[in-house]
Amino acid sequence: MSANSHNNHNEEGFIRKYIFSVDHKIIGLQYGITSLLFLLFGFSLMAIMRWQLAYPGTEIPIVGFLFGESGILASEQYNSLGAMHGTIMIFLGIVPLAVGAFGNYLVPLQIGAIDMAFPKLNAASYWTYAVGGVIMISSFFMPEGAARSGWTSYPPLSIFENGQTIWLISMIFLITSSLLGSMNIIVTIVQLRAPGLTWMRMPLFTWAQFVTSFLLVLAFPPLEAAAVLQLMDRVAGTSFFLPSGLVMSGEIVDVAGSGSPLLWQHLFWFLAHPEVYVLILPALGIVGEILANNTRKPIWGFKSIIYSMVFLGFCSFIVWAHHMFLTGMGQAMSAFFQTTTMIISIPSVVILTSYFLSLWGGSIRFNTPMLFALAFLPMFGIGGLTGLPLGLAASDIYLHDTYYVIGHFHYVVAPGTIFALFAGIYYWFPKITGRKMNETLGKLHFWPSLIFMNGIFMPMFIQGLAGVSRRLADGGVSYAHASGVLEWNEFMSIAAFCLGLAQIPFIINLAMSIFAGEKVNRNPWNSTTIEWAAPSPPLGHGNFDKPVNVYHSAYEYSVPDSKNDFTPQFKE
Amino acid sequence: MEIPYSIKEREDTGLINSKLGIWIFLASEIMLFGGLFSAYIFLRIAAPPGDFDYWASKLSVPMATVNTMVLISSSVSMVMAWASLKLNDFSKYKIYLGITILCSFIFMVIKYFEYTGKFHHDIFPSSSTFMAIYFTLTGLHGLHILGGVFVMLYFYLPVSHKLWHDQPEHFTNRIEVLGLYWHFVDLVWIFLFPVLYLL
Repeated sequence: MSANSHNNHNEEGFIRKYIFSVDHKIIGLQYGITSLLFLLFGFSLMAIMRWQLAYPGTEIPIVGFLFGESGILASEQYNSLGAMHGTIMIFLGIVPLAVGAFGNYLVPLQIGAIDMAFPKLNAASYWTYAVGGVIMISSFFMPEGAARSGWTSYPPLSIFENGQTIWLISMIFLITSSLLGSMNIIVTIVQLRAPGLTWMRMPLFTWAQFVTSFLLVLAFPPLEAAAVLQLMDRVAGTSFFLPSGLVMSGEIVDVAGSGSPLLWQHLFWFLAHPEVYVLILPALGIVGEILANNTRKPIWGFKSIIYSMVFLGFCSFIVWAHHMFLTGMGQAMSAFFQTTTMIISIPSVVILTSYFLSLWGGSIRFNTPMLFALAFLPMFGIGGLTGLPLGLAASDIYLHDTYYVIGHFHYVVAPGTIFALFAGIYYWFPKITGRKMNETLGKLHFWPSLIFMNGIFMPMFIQGLAGVSRRLADGGVSYAHASGVLEWNEFMSIAAFCLGLAQIPFIINLAMSIFAGEKVNRNPWNSTTIEWAAPSPPLGHGNFDKPVNVYHSAYEYSVPDSKNDFTPQFKE
Repeated sequence: MEIPYSIKEREDTGLINSKLGIWIFLASEIMLFGGLFSAYIFLRIAAPPGDFDYWASKLSVPMATVNTMVLISSSVSMVMAWASLKLNDFSKYKIYLGITILCSFIFMVIKYFEYTGKFHHDIFPSSSTFMAIYFTLTGLHGLHILGGVFVMLYFYLPVSHKLWHDQPEHFTNRIEVLGLYWHFVDLVWIFLFPVLYLL
């Protein structure tokens, strides 16, 4: 594509170029900005809850007026915040950021393609997501407030709330959106790889997106089915999830009955366990890229990592009932699902071990992306290892629905996935803007984040092992067995507020570096993968200024007898 | 900007983008209806004995049999429409696609009378678990038919002449992909018919 035709394209109007764009880079940025805002919003909901936990029954500072005259959080409102925190963080924050933003922006670049396979579908995917997000937020204005049955929405309780209807409609939009997006990513990777880019030359990040997209395509529809069924229960008076003789407030509820609340749990967790891998796989991909680049050596066990990712994808479909050990589903079922759960931990350990071994003997550069990527490894390790007792039916009976569980999955997702996403933002920022982010501010972001993340989540293990249940609006004040560990609540809440403050350097850095960051060439990290062959920012339509051909595998760093310590996949 | 392999197959995969795309979409559709069929099995096992049989006896098997015939015919005419394009015969394509559209309208009209017949006898989704899953499954299937009809109408309207004359090969591919979707929707009905009406 010549420079002239590129300039002609630039004459399209602002709305066409930035709002209803079909360019994968603009759509990626739209996804990125929207989902970062949702992450911030989800965080603020959590901050309000943490205030309530640390100082139960006191007035909430600053935003107290939102919760009625007294400014004190009611139990129903606490439940609403909890449900919306989970929903927003997962479905509106992390998945759109990891798959929508990173996947959209980087997959075509990493495989040397000019765009996604279906650009219009891509735009449709973003706008379906945006509409779903608006609907979800609008549920706060329902007469009884937003959905309050947790992000899991277990019936029968969830069926008796008004906010739930909005939650379900929004979920149908969000599911459709990720379906369109992930279809597009799969087709793009299969069809649009540059000449010479064989499957085993594909970088880890693209592989991770490929497996993730399959999970989204195959695991989300059952939840869509479940959402349709629950919506029927809400609006058409059916009783898919309502058993006969259900008693509420001392009276038998007037429904047809003979439905099964357990059916929801099966359909829900059939999605929601693969969803866990949707959250973690893109993070593993990002970390792999950054580790190879900053240790200046090839990733150890590259093929094992890829096979492990694919195996994780397959296995994630047959472990869902380990979330349901307490439903009384019988020993045979428990035995089956705890066995598959133990099996699925093997590929995760293979990947993490390969990453640790990749560090061995490398000449490590400690820049901000690398710090986040390095912190990801032990944090994800803690998250993963603390999951093992939950996967065994016997120990899960004790730990189920305690703060231990909250600590476990937050270690995987918060200092795990979110750290990897931060690392990715710092790492690929020069590709998007042509400027580097500020290193000092980056370190000012990293160190407090690391400390306060652990400050929040580590005490949760202590509380959980002592038996404090999750989802208690007062944090357990009314429970005698919790009294010994409740003093941690204030500590954790202060850590949470400080974590919020620690994001200020990041926001400043992000905004400032767009205009005032240090200008860099198109390959500032001396990296080998194909996205660095494109100009920074990549050209509006077509990305690359010359045809891409691939000659090498993904991570040829420090090849003996070569001129540089990196041999790119492309020819410069 | 032209996306590669939208019209010509990529050599090593032997696929055009849209064909791979529709197959992946259909895979997700299988999971969607698979989820609902599993729900049916789950609910049937949990239901009191004879409950599902009692409510299933209220459905009209003749109407559903006619509908099955109608949908199978529409599938055949859909293939013929695509084959006519392959033979470069646009006027025959219009006839066959017209028949497909007509069939889907007949299907929906019959479905309409089935539904209203139920409502007339005070049978609603809330009446029983069987009726709930019956209305949900057939309703969702009906929505898929409706979506297909909209796309077919687009390719039947006068604008299709222009699309065909500008890029005949591209147009043929689009009809093929539409056909794949349509056959899938018919196939879902082939499963729904015995499961709901006959079992």
